[in-house]
Amino acid sequence: MTSELDIFVGNTTLIDEDVYRLWLDGYSVNDAVALRVRSGILEQTGATAGVLQSDTMDHYRTFHMLERLLHAPPKLLHQLIFQIPPSRQALLIERYYTFDEAFVREVLGKKLSKGTKKDLDDISTKTGITLKSCRRQFDNFKRVFKVVEEMRGSLVDNIQQHFLLSDRLARDYAAIVFFANNRFETGKKKLQYLSFGDFAFCAELMIQNWTLGAVGEAPTDPDSQMDDMDVDLDKEFLQDLKELKVLVADKDLLDLHKSLVCTVLRGKLSVFSEMETNFKNLSRGLVNVAAKLTHNKDVRDLFVDLVEKFVEPCRSDHWPLSDVRLFLTQYSVSVHSLDGFRHQVLWDRYMGTLRGCLLRLYHD
Amino acid sequence: MPGKLKVKIVAGRHLPVMDRASDLTDAFVEVKFGNTTFKTDVYLKSLNPQWNSEWFKFEVDDEDLQDEPLQITVLDHDTYSANDAIGKVYIDIDPLLYSEAATVISGWFPIYDTIHGIRGEINVVVKVDLFNDLNRFRQSSCGVKFFCTTSIPKCYRAVVIHGFVEELVVNEDPEYQWIDRIRTPRASNEARQRLISLMSGELQRKIGLKVLEMRGNAVVGYLQCFDLEGESGLVVRAIGTACTLDKLSSPAAFLPACNSPSKEMKESPLVHPPSHGCRSTHNSPIHTATGSRLTQNFSVSVPTLIYTGTGSGSAGKEGGPLKALLRQQTQSALEQREFPFLTLTAFPPGLLVHVGGVVSARSVKLLDRIHNPDEPETRDAWWAEIRQEIKSHAKALGCHAVVGYSESTSICEEVCILSASGTAAVLNPRFLQEGTVEGSLEQRIEENLPVGCGFCHIPYDELNMPFPAHLTYCYNCRKQKVPDVLFTTIDLPTDAVVVGKGCLIQARLCRLKKKAQAEANATAISNLLPFMEYEVHTQLMNKLKLKGMNALFGLRIQITVGENMLMGLASATGVYLAALPTPGGIQIAGKTPNDGSYEQHISHMQKKINDTIAKNKELYEINPPEVSEEIIGSPIPEPRQRSRLLRSQSESSDEVTELDLSHGKKDAFVLEIDDADAMEDVHSLLTDVPPPSGFYSCNTEIMPGINNWTSEIQMFTSVRVVRLSSLNLTNQALNKNFNGLCENLLKSLYFKLRSMTPCCLCHVNFTVSLPEDELIQVTVTAVAITFDKNQALQTTKAHAEKSLQRASADNEEMLQFPLELCSDSLPSHAFPAAKEHLESASSNSGTPAAQRATSVDYSSFADRCSSWIELIKLKAQTIRRGSIKTTVTVEKASPMGDGNFRNRSAPPCASSTVGVVKMTPLSFIPGAKITKYLGIINMFFIRETTSLREEGGVSGFLHAFIAEVFAMVRAHVAALGGNAVVSYIMKQCVFMENPSKNQAQCLINVSGDAVVFVRESDLEVMSAQQPAVNCQPSCTGEVTT
Repeated sequence: MTSELDIFVGNTTLIDEDVYRLWLDGYSVNDAVALRVRSGILEQTGATAGVLQSDTMDHYRTFHMLERLLHAPPKLLHQLIFQIPPSRQALLIERYYTFDEAFVREVLGKKLSKGTKKDLDDISTKTGITLKSCRRQFDNFKRVFKVVEEMRGSLVDNIQQHFLLSDRLARDYAAIVFFANNRFETGKKKLQYLSFGDFAFCAELMIQNWTLGAVGEAPTDPDSQMDDMDVDLDKEFLQDLKELKVLVADKDLLDLHKSLVCTVLRGKLSVFSEMETNFKNLSRGLVNVAAKLTHNKDVRDLFVDLVEKFVEPCRSDHWPLSDVRLFLTQYSVSVHSLDGFRHQVLWDRYMGTLRGCLLRLYHD
Repeated sequence: MPGKLKVKIVAGRHLPVMDRASDLTDAFVEVKFGNTTFKTDVYLKSLNPQWNSEWFKFEVDDEDLQDEPLQITVLDHDTYSANDAIGKVYIDIDPLLYSEAATVISGWFPIYDTIHGIRGEINVVVKVDLFNDLNRFRQSSCGVKFFCTTSIPKCYRAVVIHGFVEELVVNEDPEYQWIDRIRTPRASNEARQRLISLMSGELQRKIGLKVLEMRGNAVVGYLQCFDLEGESGLVVRAIGTACTLDKLSSPAAFLPACNSPSKEMKESPLVHPPSHGCRSTHNSPIHTATGSRLTQNFSVSVPTLIYTGTGSGSAGKEGGPLKALLRQQTQSALEQREFPFLTLTAFPPGLLVHVGGVVSARSVKLLDRIHNPDEPETRDAWWAEIRQEIKSHAKALGCHAVVGYSESTSICEEVCILSASGTAAVLNPRFLQEGTVEGSLEQRIEENLPVGCGFCHIPYDELNMPFPAHLTYCYNCRKQKVPDVLFTTIDLPTDAVVVGKGCLIQARLCRLKKKAQAEANATAISNLLPFMEYEVHTQLMNKLKLKGMNALFGLRIQITVGENMLMGLASATGVYLAALPTPGGIQIAGKTPNDGSYEQHISHMQKKINDTIAKNKELYEINPPEVSEEIIGSPIPEPRQRSRLLRSQSESSDEVTELDLSHGKKDAFVLEIDDADAMEDVHSLLTDVPPPSGFYSCNTEIMPGINNWTSEIQMFTSVRVVRLSSLNLTNQALNKNFNGLCENLLKSLYFKLRSMTPCCLCHVNFTVSLPEDELIQVTVTAVAITFDKNQALQTTKAHAEKSLQRASADNEEMLQFPLELCSDSLPSHAFPAAKEHLESASSNSGTPAAQRATSVDYSSFADRCSSWIELIKLKAQTIRRGSIKTTVTVEKASPMGDGNFRNRSAPPCASSTVGVVKMTPLSFIPGAKITKYLGIINMFFIRETTSLREEGGVSGFLHAFIAEVFAMVRAHVAALGGNAVVSYIMKQCVFMENPSKNQAQCLINVSGDAVVFVRESDLEVMSAQQPAVNCQPSCTGEVTT
């Protein structure tokens, strides 16, 4: 006796969270059944393996049918075929768009193209995440990217509106889209110690301060040639950053800056002497990063540069985080007292964000 | 006189891409009613077209309004070639034809295509202006209300129950017409859908006419079925119970009013004496078939069993004369009708006086081509014959009426088994005729009907019992005689006194049959049928005893015929009725007493059985109060009856059942193990595993012993098809397979629904079909309802102590007739009237308490509903207003239903999700009140695929189709302004596959009553599930660019 057909259809679509997770993780029906058996569900419920198999198949079929709708979550809300309570719809969507840390670290900042998709095999082997799950996560990134790429307005809001994600997840996707668009390098060995959270934090700061959308609260002329978008860095701003170069190019200014910082920090830093000796190097590093951002290539290497020019020197001198914070604060603020320096606003826009980023990046 | 039908096509959404080049669609809509067609403009290049059409007006006869469905076709305009159909929507406008139901149909309907399934949705508004028609000879029956519910609908009151109405119409099946060879599968499917829609409209109209003739205004328990007879045609038949219903303005205001003027009372003075003997009511199945006519119109009538208890009986005299009197009177009311049948399974209090037992009749027919569709005489005659037989069986049981009546067919090739079954009963004539009832007599009847056990009392004469039965004095009132076991097809009466909980009991049986043609085949089947009936009966009896119970309700026996086998599946809900005696145990006897090891084996089995009984008693909380023996008296069998009993035994000598009279008054049921078959039977008895803890199941409306339902319900359909290995199939192997299939299916259900525990599967409805040689298909539809466990414990404890008082308290249905109940029953009771009232009121406090529990539960649900997804949408909406270049707003495309919803003040964003429509096979929704019936839903769909593998195989195909059917039912209900379907039933699910050709086809027929319900607890909650299916501006991804 073999089962030809075996289905269960509820007026309210049954969603088993555990099976959903297994499905999202890309397990085949048989693997999922084996994993469920191992979880001890048979003992708890007194069910047989056959029952479990049939149940798993059923859920997989349902998820498969739902997947098409999950690609455009508002469709899930308005479709009539599956009656799902709103809380469950939210759960389905949220889980579907949730990604693995290990995976996102592999593709963050890469172009979401066919080429990258071909590398998913390697990523799967490397991370231990099933290829199926990698594909889903990659396709999610790409889909979100495609939808919001050309859109005006807040990136996070756009994502939330079109994919109905929770605030946290929408922010993460904003970071992914932002990184993919600007192609920031995150894969270098030097950067391996950084988590997705670190990058996402930086991305958020950069979106808030360095993009076109950040300039004015609302664009005065919606039809202006300016792209009112969160995904692109403000080109004009990047151009202007060249002006900061004077801070290190002008020797007097640099010395003045150093003395201002050292006066305030004397006795407050445990690594004062190291700071004093390294000040010019660090300052040169930070200002040169700013000055180079006009080139796309250098934009991509932003994080590499920050780590090389600032994080690593400090770390090799064993600066405690509190000292880094104090230094960066003072380093930024002191510039206001430099009479010969005219680009205070620009400096604050640059350094405010950079300070936040550096503090986040500064850890082991 | 004509009516005016007005249709407006508002918008579409989620349309499929029809033009590959542009990834868009140029959609327009054709609106067709009768022979008139209107078209909308073409809405170019959009998947979300906004037609916003004018009102299309059709001026039509009301006859057409009843028969014809409104047909809406969505097409893709193509300049160079023929326009491509996207899909269709059929809208039954019947609900708009009676005043109290819906006033407008408005909402999003799934666009359905028989090949592709649902392809987007369309927003339609339909209205009807109907002019009153006073023409006596009219052909239409607008205004007659139809209900699938098999009890008096909740917000109505039965003034008169007129009785049985039936009708059938036949036609050629388009699938078998010559033209089918040249048209596309789509065209053929659509022709069929349309034809069946037309036929059911016509059928309903004709039934309505009959109801009007009977001076009724409604049909309750309306059951419409299709017989796909293949080559010989298509039969659509329906039965129902004609009633005159009054809308209840307030339940408390009810008084039993029977003052409508009586005019045409053709009382037949002829009093039928109760039939004697057992004309065709046999305890033994071995009885030659009567009336076999081996003509082209071949027919074999199969002798019928009347299921009641077996055993010896004793006689008592009380109540005899009264019964005769009662019979006389009620007969006059019912006998004038050809068939005194009611399709109801639950009754207004006081209507059901006595229950005799199950009566059923089957007949095997050979199908022949229906030559003249306008004169479906053959089919009519077949059913008339069967109904006649049922009627005579009922008479033999001393009953003048049959309740819980239903009819079914099973067709395989050209052989058709017609089945009918019901419960023989004596009814109170008060409800059955208009006016004039002698008050004195009525009172006498009522006096002699103690609450909670009256219906168990035997209606037949003890001295002329139609079959041997073991009678005792009622354990409840001690006045009247009751049988030892009671089988019925109805729901448990609300006032019945039950001990413990009930459970689902199934008998399953397969019999191999040689493949044969025509007459030989029919003869073979009709020869097998009695054996099957008998074995099903034995199995039911054994299982009932194994559960320690003594009555079956909702019994439904389905016999399915296939090419090479017959299948029998009986489902019922077993209960322990306090009025009936404690069932005896099961004794096992061996045939070869000399063999020591064998003896040991037997005693081992015996022990296992005894253990199971004890365990079941504990599980179902069956601990009846001890009754002292003296009161009951020992029933000593009379010699005359004993001899007859023995004779009937000898007739069935080759069967395993034998009565061992030496066991004295506790009639133990003896299973004699004399061969492997019997062994198998005993084993199969013991293989039925009880549901896991926290689960109960029954096939009746409510579970006896549980009365504190909470609001969570989950209706589901599960389908399984298994292929039997064709190698040396034996009956035993078949039985085992079939048993395993059913048990596994139940286990799967329990597993799937485990998050709902404690819960009860109610109205579990199994349907078996044999689509091909080695295929068995089992379809189950049921509803899982959660209940509050703590309260259950309390009430059952309380109930064990005061079972009598509890009887009237546990169902809200009772609340409709509280005054009547009290006024009728008070004088007859030993204890003071006030006390009983108080008692019932106090134990009734369980109901409000349950509601309170409901409100808690539900508000937490509401919390979840208003989760952040709503917030996001709200936020998104406000955000986009300023900054995003998205343009199309669909707001104008969402005319909210109409004034049917009480809480239109709900925040607009809450209604953005699709409204929840509940579906349930029950007639009620726990924790809620049905405020309005909007009309019946009766839908027929065909789905076909030529890319089976691509759609996920047979499972994927059927899963999607059933989900689509649910969606279409919900959409229609929502468009009528409703938020639930009650008495939902999937009447047919015919699935055919041809995997080698990558093809499959499925036909599904569903029906139910669309209703509006309001949560008793909290109206606020409604906002979370407001059924307004409208679209908010931010809805679609495609709109934005």
